[in-house]
Amino acid sequence: MRLEPKTAPSLIVTLLYPVAAILVTFAITALLVLAAGASPFSVFFLVWKGAAGSQFALLETLTRATPLIFTGLAVAVAFRAKLWNIGAEAQLYIGAVVTVVLGTGALPLPSFILIPVIMVAAMAAGALLLLGPAILKTRFGVDEVVTTLLLNFIVLLFVSMLLEGVLKDPMGMGWPQSSRVIAEAQLPRIVQGRRLHYGFVIAIVSAVIIWIIMKKTALGYEMRAVGHNPQAASFAGIPVNRVLMKTALLSGGIAALAGFSEVSGLKGNLTLDLSPGYGYTGIVVAMLAMLNPIGVVVSAIFVAGIFVGADAMSRTAGVPSYIADVMVATSLLTMVVALLFTRYRLRWK
Amino acid sequence: MSSPVLRLSGITKRFGPLVANDAISFDLARGEVVALLGENGAGKTTLMNILFGHYVADEGVVEAFGKALPPGDPHAALEAGIGMVHQHFTLADNMTVLENIALGTQKLNAWRLDRTGARERIEKMSFDFGLAVDPMATVGSLSVGERQRVEILKALYRNAKILILDEPTAVLTPVETDALFATLKLLVAQGLSIIFISHKLNEVMAVSDRVLVLRSGKLSGERVTAETNRSELAALMVGQEVEPPPVPPVAPGELQFVLNSVSTARRASGTALDRTTLSLRGGEITGLAGVSGNGQATLAALIAGTEVPTAGEIIIRGTAARDWSPRAALGAGIGRIPEDRHAVGTIGDMSVTENVIAERYRSPRFSRRGFLDWRAARKFAEQVIADYDVKCPSPEARIRLLSGGNMQKLILGRAFDEEPSVILANQPTRGLDVGAVSYVHRKLLEARGRGAAILLISEDLEEIMALSDRIIVMSKGHLSAASARGERTIAQLGELMAGHGVEAA
Amino acid sequence: MDAFEILLSASFWVAAIRIASPLIFATMGELICERAGVLNLGIEGIMTAGAFAGWFTVYSGGDLWTGVLVAALAGAMFGLLHATLTVPLGLSQHVVGIGITLLATSLTYFTYRLLLPEVTSPPKIEPFQPVAIPGLSDIPVIGQALFNQTPLTYLAFATVALTAWVLYRTPLGLAVRAVGENPSAVEAQGISVTAIRIGAVMVGSALMAIGGAFLTMSAFNSFFFEMINGRGWIAIALVVFGSWRPGKALIGAILFAAFDAYQVRLQQLTGGVVPYQIFLMMPTRLSAKQLRY
Repeated sequence: MRLEPKTAPSLIVTLLYPVAAILVTFAITALLVLAAGASPFSVFFLVWKGAAGSQFALLETLTRATPLIFTGLAVAVAFRAKLWNIGAEAQLYIGAVVTVVLGTGALPLPSFILIPVIMVAAMAAGALLLLGPAILKTRFGVDEVVTTLLLNFIVLLFVSMLLEGVLKDPMGMGWPQSSRVIAEAQLPRIVQGRRLHYGFVIAIVSAVIIWIIMKKTALGYEMRAVGHNPQAASFAGIPVNRVLMKTALLSGGIAALAGFSEVSGLKGNLTLDLSPGYGYTGIVVAMLAMLNPIGVVVSAIFVAGIFVGADAMSRTAGVPSYIADVMVATSLLTMVVALLFTRYRLRWK
Repeated sequence: MSSPVLRLSGITKRFGPLVANDAISFDLARGEVVALLGENGAGKTTLMNILFGHYVADEGVVEAFGKALPPGDPHAALEAGIGMVHQHFTLADNMTVLENIALGTQKLNAWRLDRTGARERIEKMSFDFGLAVDPMATVGSLSVGERQRVEILKALYRNAKILILDEPTAVLTPVETDALFATLKLLVAQGLSIIFISHKLNEVMAVSDRVLVLRSGKLSGERVTAETNRSELAALMVGQEVEPPPVPPVAPGELQFVLNSVSTARRASGTALDRTTLSLRGGEITGLAGVSGNGQATLAALIAGTEVPTAGEIIIRGTAARDWSPRAALGAGIGRIPEDRHAVGTIGDMSVTENVIAERYRSPRFSRRGFLDWRAARKFAEQVIADYDVKCPSPEARIRLLSGGNMQKLILGRAFDEEPSVILANQPTRGLDVGAVSYVHRKLLEARGRGAAILLISEDLEEIMALSDRIIVMSKGHLSAASARGERTIAQLGELMAGHGVEAA
Repeated sequence: MDAFEILLSASFWVAAIRIASPLIFATMGELICERAGVLNLGIEGIMTAGAFAGWFTVYSGGDLWTGVLVAALAGAMFGLLHATLTVPLGLSQHVVGIGITLLATSLTYFTYRLLLPEVTSPPKIEPFQPVAIPGLSDIPVIGQALFNQTPLTYLAFATVALTAWVLYRTPLGLAVRAVGENPSAVEAQGISVTAIRIGAVMVGSALMAIGGAFLTMSAFNSFFFEMINGRGWIAIALVVFGSWRPGKALIGAILFAAFDAYQVRLQQLTGGVVPYQIFLMMPTRLSAKQLRY
């Protein structure tokens, strides 16, 4: 058995295979739903209703999509240059820490200055956090998968240390949580009385900016060249290591915005369960989007919809909401296989 | 003649539209050395990969000792007594010679590897056939010649009756080559049969009983070695008498590029330069001959900017360069044709447009304030495609889809665009068909005509001798004194390539 | 008891070896995969699946060793999925690995919730009991630590010895090491690279799953969410720390476990938290040159 490259994959094939991947994912999930003793059709309908069946549901989905857009973008940018940033989770938490440090009253500034200051500081922190593994990779050849993965733990421990110590809310009745950010540091809601906040708008704008960077600028060109073939890129005069550094700064910075947006727009304070693995889910989001920044917005909303819908569904249908996690994981694997087959065909001899 | 040990009948193999092997049939007798002669890309390696089971032929049958081999099964080929010495060694560097040889020869479910028995057999075989190598040495620490001996031992250890050697001399010095030929004679005396793949006429004449010539996938001729001569074989190989390109006289110009006693860092792989001095004049092609692996790669990397000097100076038109890098080299007006166009010269998954601008996307011509001007880039790609007669579906096509010759033309177009005053051409014609080769030669001579200083690095002595105004031989990291066109014979150059007479610094 | 006396107490070393045991299984599993040239980032999820599979077998009436076997089988199945995607199809080992971790974890949680919808506190099973080895277990400190443990701990140490033997002393181990270094060397000798890699990833994943099962069957006696808590990722770092050698990786696992046990005790003493995972970053850096994927 071997793979043979397709010379010129047609547009239909390029679009059809990812759709097939999603269908296969639904089929596999349907089997699990059957195992749970429910009807797949009614369950999928309930998921759909829970995710997009009402204005409330839809806004909830977009709220959940917001951090995923940020982490998805962070991963898409990094993976494009083949910088394997598995540490978006850590960068998210660092962004959240900075938000809490600066946003709980330390800087008595009006909102229109304070929020940009916090954003820049959070991005800087996330950027620096990924710069470490990037330097270790370029200088010493250390695999960034291992370092970014481990940093997730170290940062989480660090956050837990802060929440037990200097950042602990004195009014928090002993819970490991920070004080709430002041009103000036909060992102306003988009719709009165709903949870969707301006973090979502920032996420969309970020996606557009990243798209422009990737498509239109020399930096985007360099990142793609380095990702495809670092040796040839280096020969052509592209400073590979410097490009990887810039990629790390960009990727880490965007991931940190997820933490900022969650604290500033949604939660109001920092706890150890701020992120239920948004950093890891960001990898799925980026892969489903084939690393395209605009696609990230779509796939983040899709993934968020599954989570939000499955929560609603499990309350009524009695199928565990973990079905959403299974679906997301399955879609990642079916999608990478589908992408392979848009470019290669399988030969059995 | 007794029944053949190996018979190929009607072997055909296609890769997409390309027919790599077209209905090839031949027999191999016991104790015979058959040379398979052909240019790079003639289909020799494909044929051997089919024979060994790495590829499956679209048509045709391989029979060994009268029994058909199941296609696509290297294990069956090994069992049938076929051993192959690959051009690129198939050895695990982290393991010992013994471990590499024993790999796959003992039952995989055995609880213990029999080292003692293996060692005794290896030592006996290496003594019998003049293949000296320490079984306990780690392969990573061996020289290229020693590694090749390990490859041959691997095949003999498995009781190979048919030995296929794919371009075995490409990596050897003349002395090592002679030793190899002596070993082959001992093996034939033991009744082994050998297929010797090469594109070097003199070796084929020296070692074989019979010659099969391959040209663009077809068997273009079969001769008994004793009854043929070099020029007849050459004609069969290329389809026409090899005609050296006309080289018009050009008066040498100014010194364009000088390496002044330059050294490079020592690394685990690759030969370092030690106080190397080299100067290139405008309007002159300097040919650098040598067996591969003698430091040419390092020298080329240094000129291209991917290697930096640890001592000495790089002087370009009288000014010493500082902060050497690929960008600095480009900025100094050096046009570069890399040795490996797939891994180094191009980015396969990017478009033709994206590839042609790779060396100067930062210039005002293609970018403004960090934003790329894709329209200008595309125009440039179209211009190169037209000027250099590149066959490609569109500037947006991924460059991976182009043939080697068209890829090389794009690289030439990219490198020659701003009329570089210094040109580094590293194996510029390797693996190209005859038409593409003469195209590349023409372009190099054109550049010479307009006064560029050219360094031509090639393993093909005939190419070097045909094009170069002066020839330098590289051996073990050192450069010989230059000789003018026609001053040294092939034999004299061969002596230098073997390391005799090259100054030791 | 002061900070130094902790190091001399038998209970500290007993705890260190107990903490090390699941890491040893997981590290050997990852080491086998990587030796064959496959980075298995599915480890965290595979351990979760193993923890649940072993525990649930016993919870629903199976005996303990059957539980270990079921866990190993579950691990091997995820290993097969990983290897199918990464070896013959050649998909990115990073992406597939993360996908396997997400899939194995979510499938496990889904199954747990499905099979035990009502439970609020995780039900307990009767775990493996320590078995003292007569004579040896009477040696002060070391005897308690090494020779009065549960059978799974003994199995962990046996696994290291077996891994080392197979890798360096058998024809099969030769093939595995060669596959990681230069696949074409193996191919040219008529052995299937694909088969060796798939086999190595399946065996490695089975060991990871047993490492997970250790937690439910020999330590906590029940299954709960997030229980692997990064042990898989730590195993990956330990493989690097041990520069891909079973013996060195074993030492790394024990050292790490000792740090962990020590900082818990120190915390009781001083009240501070030491982010001991930092310790893993330093060796990662030192053995940088040996990284090959």
